[in-house]
Amino acid sequence: METKNIMIVGVGGQGSLLASKLLGRLLLSRGYDIKVSEVHGMSQRGGSVVTYVRFGDKVYSPIIDKGEADYIVSFELLEAARWTEYLKPNGKIITNIQQINPMPVIIGAAEYPQDLIQKMQGANIDVDAFDALTLAEQAGSAKAVNIVLMGHLSKNFDFTLEQWLEAIEQSVPAKFLELNKKAFTLGRNA
Amino acid sequence: MKQLMLGNEAVARGLYEAGCRFVSSYPGTPSTEITEAIAKYEEVYAEWAPNEKVAMEAAFGASMAGRRSFCGMKHVGLNVAADPLFTISYTGVNAGMVIGVADDAGMHSSQNEQDSRHYAMAAKIPMLEPADSGEALAFAKLAYELSERFDTPVLLKMCTRVSHSQSVVETGSRAETLKEYEKDIPKYVMMPGNAKRRHPVVEARTQALVEYAETAEINRVENGKSNAIGFLTSSTSYQYVKEVFGDQYPVLKLGMIWPMPEKKIHSFAESVEKLVVVEELDGFIEAHCKSLGLACVGKDSFSCIDELSQNKVASAMGICKTCGTALDAPIPARPPVMCAGCPHRGLFYTLKKNKLTVLGDIGCYTLGAVAPLQAVDSVICMGASVSGLHGFSKSQEGAADNKTVAVIGDSTFMHSGITGLVNMAYNESNATVIIVDNSITGMTGHQQNPTTGFNLKGDPCAKIDLETLCRAVGIQRVRVIDPYNLAECDAVIKEELAANEPSVIISRRPCALLKYVKHKAPLTVNSDKCVGCKACMKIGCPAISIIDGKAKVDATQCVGCGVCEQLCKVGALTEV
Repeated sequence: METKNIMIVGVGGQGSLLASKLLGRLLLSRGYDIKVSEVHGMSQRGGSVVTYVRFGDKVYSPIIDKGEADYIVSFELLEAARWTEYLKPNGKIITNIQQINPMPVIIGAAEYPQDLIQKMQGANIDVDAFDALTLAEQAGSAKAVNIVLMGHLSKNFDFTLEQWLEAIEQSVPAKFLELNKKAFTLGRNA
Repeated sequence: MKQLMLGNEAVARGLYEAGCRFVSSYPGTPSTEITEAIAKYEEVYAEWAPNEKVAMEAAFGASMAGRRSFCGMKHVGLNVAADPLFTISYTGVNAGMVIGVADDAGMHSSQNEQDSRHYAMAAKIPMLEPADSGEALAFAKLAYELSERFDTPVLLKMCTRVSHSQSVVETGSRAETLKEYEKDIPKYVMMPGNAKRRHPVVEARTQALVEYAETAEINRVENGKSNAIGFLTSSTSYQYVKEVFGDQYPVLKLGMIWPMPEKKIHSFAESVEKLVVVEELDGFIEAHCKSLGLACVGKDSFSCIDELSQNKVASAMGICKTCGTALDAPIPARPPVMCAGCPHRGLFYTLKKNKLTVLGDIGCYTLGAVAPLQAVDSVICMGASVSGLHGFSKSQEGAADNKTVAVIGDSTFMHSGITGLVNMAYNESNATVIIVDNSITGMTGHQQNPTTGFNLKGDPCAKIDLETLCRAVGIQRVRVIDPYNLAECDAVIKEELAANEPSVIISRRPCALLKYVKHKAPLTVNSDKCVGCKACMKIGCPAISIIDGKAKVDATQCVGCGVCEQLCKVGALTEV
C-alpha cells in the first residue's frame, strides 16, 4: 500500500506527543512499517509544533513534505491554516476551533486572521472543524483535547473501535484511562 | 520483539545490549534522550556530568578501567569535549568507548549548524552514522566491536531526524563484557615521547579501518533499474533519496562515514554514468570523492544550509512536486516564548527597564531576546555571558560598569560559567553576573544538575551551593533575589551595579513547569478598573491579551505569579 501521511500540528505544550504515541501503538499492532517524527527542545516552549506520522509497507523519510499529507490534525485554528501547503490535493484538515494568540498578536505586532475556516474552504480545502476543547472538558479535562482529536480522526480509518481503545490503554496511565476513553468516544461521535 | 522506538532510545538499547557499564553525558537537544533512556537500565551506571569535557574524560576513565563506556552530547558539546577527543584518539581504549554526537541541521534548538563529521576526520576517529532507529541500535553495538577491535574510541553520529524519529526496532538481549586494567605507560601517558610513538599507530589504524570499510556490511550498494545516476549518501539523506527514487537508481549507502571505503566508492562511481552525492550540511563525502579524483554532483545542487527533505532532493534532481495550497492570508508566526509564570520574565523586565546591556547565554532564558522584552544583547555559547561580560566591561575602562550584566542559568553556570567568574575575580572585573537559578536544566526538558540535589536517576545526592561557590572563587558580593518580586529585583540590581567590585546576583525561583511547584490561583481582570493602558503587556506573558481595549487573563495558562499585578497602576489585576 502507498504510504499514508498524518501531520499533527499545534502549539508547544498541547499534548501532540501523546497523540502520536497513540497512533504509533495502533499502527504497530496492525503490522505496518511506521515512522513518527517529533520535535523536542526550544520549539516546545509555546511555539508552533508539528509531528509527522507515516505508515505503510515500507516508510523511508521520517518527515512529511509539502503536498504529501493525507490528514492534518490541528489542535488550534491558526496552526491548521499555517500548514495547508502540506496537504495532498485530496487531503483533509481536522481541526479544533480553539484560538490561541501567538506572541506577535498578543503584543499587537500582528493580527489573528479572521474567518480562517471560510478562507480554507474558499481555497477548496476539505476542512472538518469542531470544538474539541468543549468535548475534552466534558470528558473531564481540557488536556484531553489530543484524544478527542484522535477520536475524530478515527472516523476516517477502517480500524475498529476496539483496536483504537487497546492502543489508548497502552498509551495512557491507568488512572486516566476512563477519562481518555470517554474523550476518544466523544471525538469519534462528534 | 518488535517495538516502536525513538532513535535516541534505540541507541540506548544498543549500548545496553552491548554490555555498556558506564555513561556520562551533558544534556543537549537532540542528544538528551539517549542518556535519559539508558539511565532506566539497572545494569548501567549513568550520570549527568557538569559538561561534555568532563563526561568524555569520565567515559575514557571507565574504558581504561575495563568497562564499556559511553558519553553523549549535541554537536556544540563536542566542541567543549574536543580537547580529550583528539588525544583519546592517540591512547585508544581498553574496553570499548563510544561517543554519541547529535547534529541539529535546521537548528531546531541550537545556535549553529556545524557538521560534526569534520571531527571524525580531524581527530582520526571512525564515525558511524545510522539512518533510522533500527540502525541506531545495531550501530551502537557494532561501535563497541570496532572500538575494541581497532583500539579506538568510536563516534556515533546522530541528527535531529534520526534522534527524534520513532521507527520499528527488534531488540535483543544483553551480553556482559569486562576487561582487566593493566598499567601501560606508553599507551596512556601522552607526553611527547610516548605520543610521538602513538601517532603512527593512529595512522596505521586509519588504514586498517579503510580496509574494514571496503567490505563492511554497513557500507552497502543497493541496486537500481538504471545506472544513469548513482547516489552516494548516508543517514536521513539516504531516506530522502529512497523516498523520491525507490529502487530506480543504485545507491551506495555509507553506514561508516569516516574513514570511507575508497575502492568501493571508486568502483561504484565507475558503475554509474553520473555520481550524485546527497548529504546534509557540508560537502564532506563530496570533498573526499573529489580528493579521490572522482567527478560528482554535490553541493552545487544541494544546499549546505538547513535540513534536506524529499522535496528538496526531488527539486535538486529536476523533479517538480505539487505542493498544497497556501492560504491567501497573512499567517502570524508563532515563535517559542517564556511560559506563563516563567521566573525569568520578571528579571528580564527589570533589566530592560534599567536599559542594561545584557550578555546572555544558552538556555530557556535566551528567550529574553525576543519581543517584547528584547533584553538580551548577545548569545554565543555555554558560559560566554560571563567571560564576555568581563571583556566588554574591562575594555571600556569603567564606562560600562554600571550598565552591563551577564545572565546565565544554574546548569550553564556549572557547565562553563565558573571559569569565567574566576577570571572576573582574578583580573578584578567590576561587573555583575546574574545567575538565573530555576533549580533545573530547563530547555532540554528538566534534567538534574550539580545544583539541584538530585542525580540522573532521580535519587538525592550532593548539592553544590551556588552562594558558597561564588564566594569561594573570590566574589565577595553575592545576593539572592526572587524574580517574582519586581521591586526587590530593581533595588538589588541597582545596588550591585553601583558597587565598586565584581558581584553575583542569584535570581532564584524554580521553573514553573516543575511538578512540585505549587501555583496560586489565576489572576482576574476587573474590567471596570482596567483602563487598557497595556502596562501588563510589557512582560510578554502568553496568558495576557487585550480584548476590546481591556486586559484579559487566560485562566488555563495563568499560574498566579503576580508579576503583571505589580505593573498595573490602577489595581485591575487581582487574585480571584
